[in-house]
Amino acid sequence: MSFETFSNLVAAFFTLCIFSFLYKDNPFYQMAEQLLVGISVGYGVVYSYERIFIPWLYQPIFLKHQYYLIFPALIGALYLFRFSRNLSWLSRYPIAFSMMSVGAGVPLSMHAGILVQMRQAMVPLESINLMLIFIGTIAVLLYFYFSKAHTGVYGKFTTVGKWYMMIGFGASFGLTVMARISLLIGRIQFLVGDVLHLIK
Amino acid sequence: MKKNLPLAIVIIGGFVWVLWAFIPHKVFSDDFINKFYLPWIYVQAPFGVVLGVMSLVMMHTSKIQRKAPKWQYSFFALGGLLITCIAGFGWGTQNGTPLMWMFTNMQMPMSSTMFALLAFYIASAAYKAFRARSPEATVLLLAALVVMLAQVPLGLKISKNLPDISQWILDVPNNAAKRGILLGIGLGGVATSLKILLGIERSYLGGGD
Repeated sequence: MSFETFSNLVAAFFTLCIFSFLYKDNPFYQMAEQLLVGISVGYGVVYSYERIFIPWLYQPIFLKHQYYLIFPALIGALYLFRFSRNLSWLSRYPIAFSMMSVGAGVPLSMHAGILVQMRQAMVPLESINLMLIFIGTIAVLLYFYFSKAHTGVYGKFTTVGKWYMMIGFGASFGLTVMARISLLIGRIQFLVGDVLHLIK
Repeated sequence: MKKNLPLAIVIIGGFVWVLWAFIPHKVFSDDFINKFYLPWIYVQAPFGVVLGVMSLVMMHTSKIQRKAPKWQYSFFALGGLLITCIAGFGWGTQNGTPLMWMFTNMQMPMSSTMFALLAFYIASAAYKAFRARSPEATVLLLAALVVMLAQVPLGLKISKNLPDISQWILDVPNNAAKRGILLGIGLGGVATSLKILLGIERSYLGGGD
């Protein structure tokens, strides 16, 4: 048995372990699930070491002698006090440091979520489609405005927003299903083609 | 010291980030972000990873010690973690190393099968949710059907116009709905960020004194 065949058999075994959940929850699926968690975390650890620890911490401090970086390293080490009953408050310092970037959320949300969307919505209504998009955007926004009761003509208009959202959710659902089906086809192609060699 | 100083760090540092967006000066974009914030946050990041690994290991070892339900499977999680770390630290991360073999033949097949599995559960959930009980559910079902059929050869066999209808659904009603929702998310993002910056929202600091 060649090494490639062995590798394919290992991949096929774990693929079938996960697929076995379609029958019912079983020890093979449980084993594969836990193994997946362990391997994924291990992979993350190795890459964090190689991509973050070495270039941003080890090399600057020990090779470039940028000793001032020991201070943020000590702040980072305070994360580990999270498990201490009496000193867990120390872990708030590195958390606070990372939470500073929330300040960027104000202008960035304002830009990407509001200004860009408003600019795209405020175009000359030169076609029926553009008019439909404009009406839909206003109707969806008003659907989420709860300070006024959704009754009468206003209520009917907000219902239009609900219909727009239903079409949008349906489209998103369809795309999600198709993405999953593509993955399923990929796995079946692997089992039937690479492992069983039934596809030439 | 326990709560006010971390809060002050978030508020002062957060407002410097706000200034960075509105004042295009090198003090903010270069000195503050590139020379101070990013290197410091990268230096702290590995400790966050260590915290996560410690949490996982503690959870599984405690499960084994207590002989909690399905405790035997914790050995696989811990073993997988240990073997991957040994493979990665021992032989590196280049192509052809044990780590990449594990990634290609264990991690990748399992994770993509896990996502492929969701196709079946999405289908069964859709059957339960979509049994057209109301006009809205019917519209949702129809939009999903048109978008799905337009992507497969069967759709073209049913009608040549199906891909155009699907594209129209994506470009017009879907676009309007997403835009309305994105505007709401944008307003919510600004409000949440401001709540944190002004010290109103403090749950990220955890409980206790």
